[in-house]
Amino acid sequence: MSAPSPVEYEESAVEEAVAHDRPWQTVVWNDPVNLMSYVTFVFQQYFGFSKKKAEKLMLQVHHDGRCIVSSGTREEMERDVQAMHEYGLWATLEKVDD
Amino acid sequence: MTDGFQPRRRGGVVATFSGFEADLLRSLASQLIELLRDEAAVPSTEIDPFEALLDFSGPTTAPEDPVLARLFPAAYRDDDEAAGEFRRFTETQLRSGKAANAGAVIDVLEEAGLPSELDETGLTIDVELSPGEAASWMKALTDMRLALATRLGIEEGDEDYWDSLPEDDPRSHVHDIYDWLAFLQETLVRAVSD
Repeated sequence: MSAPSPVEYEESAVEEAVAHDRPWQTVVWNDPVNLMSYVTFVFQQYFGFSKKKAEKLMLQVHHDGRCIVSSGTREEMERDVQAMHEYGLWATLEKVDD
Repeated sequence: MTDGFQPRRRGGVVATFSGFEADLLRSLASQLIELLRDEAAVPSTEIDPFEALLDFSGPTTAPEDPVLARLFPAAYRDDDEAAGEFRRFTETQLRSGKAANAGAVIDVLEEAGLPSELDETGLTIDVELSPGEAASWMKALTDMRLALATRLGIEEGDEDYWDSLPEDDPRSHVHDIYDWLAFLQETLVRAVSD
């Protein structure tokens, strides 16, 4: 019997791979029009977040003026931004800070 | 005046509107559709006319109308080229989606008995929205509010200013409609979440 020998990855290499995998992020910006309840609802419905998480993100948008709602490939983030625009939310995508 | 939307036990939501309220919603939805069609979503004219005829993709520059610019904001803040590309591939679809949502509002109201010309008083319109229709209404109400807010110049925390306007100021009346749409939206979100 033998066990596969453990493979050790250098931590920084793993982090780099993760960062490389999710190099873009979707940002939702505060606007004076959209209702807090509606923004929370959109976050729950589109991203599948729990009510608690959706509310936390909504409050972050409200207080900080912006909030990162998702990260991933550029293509995925463009899809999320398009969906936010469908809902009437003001969203942009940007590169994750190195 | 309507009490807004209520959840229905078997799913979906219901609301009762006066004829006047239903007519107002239809009018706002129609204006939105007209605006979405008005400034045609076509590519800029710098390219060869023959190529332009064959190019069915969307525009690459932001709409000039401030309402449309708010409905279709730039997806990239510091990269005009990327924002233009994004617009070219998404704006046409976004426009037709928004027009379809506004169209769903009109269809529901008319199917619920709103006549094409409102000429009787005391009419009430009972609407019943399926979950799909509720989603369309929610987006359409949002777009109507964004449109009115842009025209009015709504800013964060300016409620006192609007409250201080004299009643005969036309903007005061439009702001009342804007607030009323917020009330409807609030009840719709709650009814759908219940």
